[in-house]
Amino acid sequence: MNIKYCDALVVGGGLAGLRSAVAAAQKGLSTTVLSLVPVKRSHSAAAQGGMQASLGNAKMSEGDNEDVHFSDTVKGSDWGCDQEVARMFVTTAPKAIRELAAWGVPWTRIKKGNHDAVINTKLTTIFEDDNKHGLINSRDFGGTKKWRTCYTSDATGHTMLFAVANEALKLNVNIEDRKEAIALIHEEGRCYGAIVRDLITGEIIAYVAKGTLIATGGYGRLYETTTNAVICEGIGTAIALETGIAKLGNMEAVQFHPTPLFPSGILLTEGCRGDGGVLRDKDGHRFMPDYEPEKKDLASRDVVSRRMVEHIRKGKGVDSPYGKHLWLDISILGREHIEKNLRDVQEICEYFAGIDPADEGQKGWAPVHPMQHYSMGGIRVKPTGESQTLAGLFSAGEAACWDMHGFNRLGGNSVSETVVAGMIVGNFFADYCVENQIDIKTSVIEKFVFEQESYMKELIDRKGSEDVFRIKNRMKKLMQEYVGIFRDGEGLDKAVNELEELYINSKNIQIRDKQLYANPELEEAYRVPMMLKLALCVAKGALDRTESRGAHTREDYPKRDDANWLKRTLTSWVDGDTMPKVEYEELNINTMEIPPGFRGYGAKGNLIENPQSEIRQQEVDVMTEKLEAEGKDRYEIQDALMPFPLQDEYKRKNVRLGDK
Amino acid sequence: MARELTIRILRYNPQDAANGNNLRPRFQEYKIEETPSMTIYLALTKIRETQDAGLAFDFVCRAGICGSCAMMINGRPKLACRCLTKDLPEEIVLLPLPAFKLIKDLSVNTGVWMDEMSKRVESWIHTSAQTDIAQIEEPIEPEVADAVFELDRCIECGICVAGCGTKLINEDFVGAVGLNRVARFECDPHDDRTADDFYELVGDDNGIFGCMTLLACEDTCPKHLPLQNKIAYMRRKLATVKGS
Repeated sequence: MNIKYCDALVVGGGLAGLRSAVAAAQKGLSTTVLSLVPVKRSHSAAAQGGMQASLGNAKMSEGDNEDVHFSDTVKGSDWGCDQEVARMFVTTAPKAIRELAAWGVPWTRIKKGNHDAVINTKLTTIFEDDNKHGLINSRDFGGTKKWRTCYTSDATGHTMLFAVANEALKLNVNIEDRKEAIALIHEEGRCYGAIVRDLITGEIIAYVAKGTLIATGGYGRLYETTTNAVICEGIGTAIALETGIAKLGNMEAVQFHPTPLFPSGILLTEGCRGDGGVLRDKDGHRFMPDYEPEKKDLASRDVVSRRMVEHIRKGKGVDSPYGKHLWLDISILGREHIEKNLRDVQEICEYFAGIDPADEGQKGWAPVHPMQHYSMGGIRVKPTGESQTLAGLFSAGEAACWDMHGFNRLGGNSVSETVVAGMIVGNFFADYCVENQIDIKTSVIEKFVFEQESYMKELIDRKGSEDVFRIKNRMKKLMQEYVGIFRDGEGLDKAVNELEELYINSKNIQIRDKQLYANPELEEAYRVPMMLKLALCVAKGALDRTESRGAHTREDYPKRDDANWLKRTLTSWVDGDTMPKVEYEELNINTMEIPPGFRGYGAKGNLIENPQSEIRQQEVDVMTEKLEAEGKDRYEIQDALMPFPLQDEYKRKNVRLGDK
Repeated sequence: MARELTIRILRYNPQDAANGNNLRPRFQEYKIEETPSMTIYLALTKIRETQDAGLAFDFVCRAGICGSCAMMINGRPKLACRCLTKDLPEEIVLLPLPAFKLIKDLSVNTGVWMDEMSKRVESWIHTSAQTDIAQIEEPIEPEVADAVFELDRCIECGICVAGCGTKLINEDFVGAVGLNRVARFECDPHDDRTADDFYELVGDDNGIFGCMTLLACEDTCPKHLPLQNKIAYMRRKLATVKGS
């Protein structure tokens, strides 16, 4: 039996995992990162448009601070988020970006003087003062009051990922790629590491550690069309679920991005619209202002995606051999802007759609359609990032439900969450590994290793009648059709029933290729049943949630229901069951800094109010007024309204140019 | 009428012999109907799902961003995800990327090689400055930041290494990817390293003086990086360092 030991084990080599590993290595811990692929190829690299942090440097972001970022994030989440966690996040984000600048991320910088920008399709001139020259620039994104999204052209995730991966290499973090965690080692409510399959040799290895952190990203590949990389199958989330102890939060909260290229699903960044690009229909009409007069093309993603599908349903979609789509027009930004700031977008359009988006008029319009993009749900954790129920298991980034996104994530907040959670959760995780020892019998480890070894042999030898790809593709189809942008009870019911059937049938998969090593079919055979469990958590959570909130839209329950549904869905899986166990965790209005209200975009009056919201709002107003009269500053007022935990280093005030 | 494509793929698993399967490297032929805007990614995925579930290849982002899927496509190293079949003849020959360790079929191990390269050229910021992350960041000239970004766009796909004549005759050559990385940190104002320091890392025949200027790296780079210019610039810079 091959047992490897380290102090801190990180599963997943994207930005969240690597930044957490850096935190552990900085504390002198022996740290191992496991990744399906070379870490610099992780899906974090695909984040294009940028990272939100309230630096407030540029003209259009003057006056920005943690409070504005916090308010945007809470409204974006449709009041589904944990407001304490959102506060931890917005307070740390400016520090994260400044740390990354020091690590070499070549953030696009402000140039003093006049600049042209397209705002609301009109060419506008923006003047930047001399004292801003050379500071980090930011662009506009959906659902934000200020221009807050910092960027490196449209390859932001790529430059961030390389900088953090290089930092991990510098600190001698042990990075092992083509290694897949397929189960967690745990006993009596404590996690001791993971059982790992070497994807080249097929060897099953036990990685034993004082603490284990899962940062394997989202589960977008449960859907037929998604912007997610092919590795985003949610296996890290699934191994937590399979412990029967760790729980998943809000799995039904799935985001659909408005502008993936159609039909390939390759993302065209929100920065396209942030920089002034617009959506058009088959008549060339810019339709978003008709629906959203205030935020127009830049309402939050859930709202824009719904409006697009609504508009297509009205017969305004463009016909194509693959179905109907709409247009994204960035040609109005001009060739120079596109070739500097939207270069990957231009390349993607050229390679995958055969168009140059800088060409003037319809010739340069890109076909787009909303598709699955982000998983707000994930492993439910405390503000420290540790599972609420399985000690020693942590999670960060998209894999986690920490929960700063609630039912809708703002553009630019995810790549920001990866590094911020890597700092905050990564340090809590590192502290845990410093402070806690483990004492585990080799017989326990052996039991887990043998279990997986015999499972692999059983999969190879099994004589069944099911084809793994048929089951997988059917699952994707069901998720696409019934658990998508618009959902209703009938469709969800059908999806849940058929997914359960598929899960049962997945025990009957037969593999044609009989090797235990380097065998992609075997990988599919053990992953697909795990994916079906996740799909059932998503579909069942969506079926039971009889309201609409953020990205979760029930046509039979179109209102956000704060009276009954201000709660987080928790799903867990009892071994041997064919359906997840669903419970709920209440959100407490009485401790919220911003009690539930109207988001400022999306349909008005679409809300069943909770009487407590108004009471809390009055309480907040009275307190704020009183403290202001006493001459307290915004930090003191915030602390009085909703104190939140955060490491001292990260809680320090962020210095800005505009500080008085 | 849709074309019927014939895709010939080199099949080989180096682990087979040790596991008692004495299979030699061989070509296997697959027939597949072409669909509109089909890429090599879509074609290979279809083949795996419908004809040969054991066929090994690597894709991650399938959008030309992550650099996972470089392979030899009709004799040229390319990113398979953004290679449209309509631009290729009916017969397509796929081989694994040379210069890297073969895992199986079209899958090669670039990760280990690239991590070693990164450590060899110390691909991270070297500085004695302490940054207080609560304070306003150090201003950087916008043009300088853009110049660093330009070289930071490398995705470590390995195509420049696979296309490199020098690497063919000198196993230890650091490749254009490594030299570009050195040039990237050389122009980054956050990095304190001097020409002397870079000379210590790549000032020999396995590094900057090994390049024979055959230009294939720049010809094949999917990110269109100015590799030859940067290599020439670094060579001139390091050639003036003491002892060279």
